[in-house]
Amino acid sequence: MAESPEEKGLAIAVEDDKRDNGFNDFTANMVMILKNRQGEESTRYIRNKTLEVEGDGDKSLVIFDRPRDVKGTALLNFTHKTGSDDQWLFLPALKRVKRISSSNKSGSFMGSEFAYEDVTSQEVEKYNYKWIRDETLNGEECFVFERYPVYKNSGYTRQVVWLDKNEYRIYKIDFYDRKNALLKTQTNKGYKQYLDRYWQPDEMFMKNHQTGKSTLLIWSNYKFRTGLKDKHFNRNSLKRAR
Amino acid sequence: MSLPGHRKYRRRLFRNRGHLFLAILALLFFPNKNATAHELSGFAGGEARLFDQSAIQPGQKDHSASFVAQPEYYHEFAGGSSFTFVPFYRLDSADEARTHFDIRELTLLWLAEDFELRLGVRKVFWGVTEVVHLIDIINQTDLVENIDTEDKLGQPMVNLSVARDWGTMDFFMLPFFRERTFPGRSGRLRTALVVDTDRAVYESAAREWHTDWAVRYSNTFGDWDAGIYHFIGTGRRPTLLRGTDSSGTPILIPFYEQINQTGLDLSYVAGDWLWKLEALYRTGQSSEDYFSGTGGFEYTFTRIYETSMDLGALVEVIFDERGDNATTPFKNDIAFALRLTVNDPESTEVLLGWVQDVTSNARSLFLETSRRFGDHWKLSVEMRASFSQPASALLFSRRADDFARIELNYYF
Repeated sequence: MAESPEEKGLAIAVEDDKRDNGFNDFTANMVMILKNRQGEESTRYIRNKTLEVEGDGDKSLVIFDRPRDVKGTALLNFTHKTGSDDQWLFLPALKRVKRISSSNKSGSFMGSEFAYEDVTSQEVEKYNYKWIRDETLNGEECFVFERYPVYKNSGYTRQVVWLDKNEYRIYKIDFYDRKNALLKTQTNKGYKQYLDRYWQPDEMFMKNHQTGKSTLLIWSNYKFRTGLKDKHFNRNSLKRAR
Repeated sequence: MSLPGHRKYRRRLFRNRGHLFLAILALLFFPNKNATAHELSGFAGGEARLFDQSAIQPGQKDHSASFVAQPEYYHEFAGGSSFTFVPFYRLDSADEARTHFDIRELTLLWLAEDFELRLGVRKVFWGVTEVVHLIDIINQTDLVENIDTEDKLGQPMVNLSVARDWGTMDFFMLPFFRERTFPGRSGRLRTALVVDTDRAVYESAAREWHTDWAVRYSNTFGDWDAGIYHFIGTGRRPTLLRGTDSSGTPILIPFYEQINQTGLDLSYVAGDWLWKLEALYRTGQSSEDYFSGTGGFEYTFTRIYETSMDLGALVEVIFDERGDNATTPFKNDIAFALRLTVNDPESTEVLLGWVQDVTSNARSLFLETSRRFGDHWKLSVEMRASFSQPASALLFSRRADDFARIELNYYF
């Protein structure tokens, strides 16, 4: 059977998506460590609640705990398989909910080296795919494939993804900017399995090769199927999220 | 004079009382181990207000320094119900009226399966625009804090909120009215005649005990967010009447009228464009019914010059049917502003704006910027200036009051 590299790439993405389906919801804590070129660090504490939406992208609520001046700031995000995501930001000092424009997905996520498009839910429909080769990375046999964003306003021409063949865990992503120059590398570490099925990394590290800055995300306290529902992801819940 | 032992006893008694109060609350709601328990946060800091020119109104002091504190106590019960207490205090060197205490929040939130019920003192914001906050009405403005009307006094209320597939309905019962704060005789940024808040008069015989009501429907329709409300009760912005105090000195007396107001807010997102509209129709104030609106857009340039910085450009128009008779400073104006979000670890932000009166040369400029230092300190600098205000304009009395406000707060 002659499967083209494009067909093989898509098949990998479809299988990956299938394995991630059905988690229903999860909550997790996140520590974000920003580091500049001089090595100065700045740390943020964030909580995350995510709800799986059948037939569309996930809904998520991101809540800031520290630094203290932004405590209570929360972001509600409805991702969609196609088209722009819907985003609302809650500013606790003014008690104000603001709709924000999310069309430009290349913007920085909370001042970090992660862009919005890197942290919102990854849907099969968002990219075209092409399998490149198989390669062993850190002792894991991996598919290496490229994906090309099909949504508007991406900051990338392409991403090269290392995904292990056994459990479909992403170990590394190289991001190429609009001029096709290597911009960033994301490496994931410390995968743990939840509910005997879902693999989540404890650490995601993003290095920006062009600026020398980096961001480390440390995840903890993953809880799956906590009983979250649609009503926990509306503007009322955004206002009292804390 | 008190004995040390006595003081210790009193302190223990106080602490025990606090515990008892919390224990009762906790019993009412069955405490949850996983919920946020007895959390204390907030900020305290200092502020300096520096004025470009010497004061021109009699009795005013030139500059001011002040201390501010706003701690916050939060406790969450099982199922997400919670108790919040946020007292506020400012001590000001120049203006006695600016030295004030307020309870910004003292709320019990009951989170049920089908509704949210909030009892107590709270702040509620309605609106979408950036330059003026036209339709926002639930809370009284704490005007001595800042002239941008973004600081609000805590409003006692019963608020029932019901969120369904078809949208969110909010019902408000507001049993007590808060009077607007105004700068005192020695304070800057005031009207030429001092507003004597002790002589406030009301249209309603019930005065501040008049029960106000509001109902609001809001929903999201794809790229649209919409809200519509109706308010019946005491108007938050008083009409200022001329009068004299006991010694015969001319003063202004705040007159709080009974009004009916219908308000609408709309926002529409289209790519990098965010369109906004606020409109209201008010009856009852100065027996002149009127329409007022503000709206415009914000366009965001993401990652300008391939940096991580975002730049927003916004234009808003402000319209008030009453024209020169309006009780607000902006009645036929257009505002331009640039918002720079640096996206650095210090969360540096700059907002630069220009408000131009369409019918005259009058204009005002503002700059708001803030940056965090370390994990706990935040420095904010704000500058406001007005130019060519005609003698008839509300801002004329503040023509010498161009100022810079520097604020350094510690967040804990």
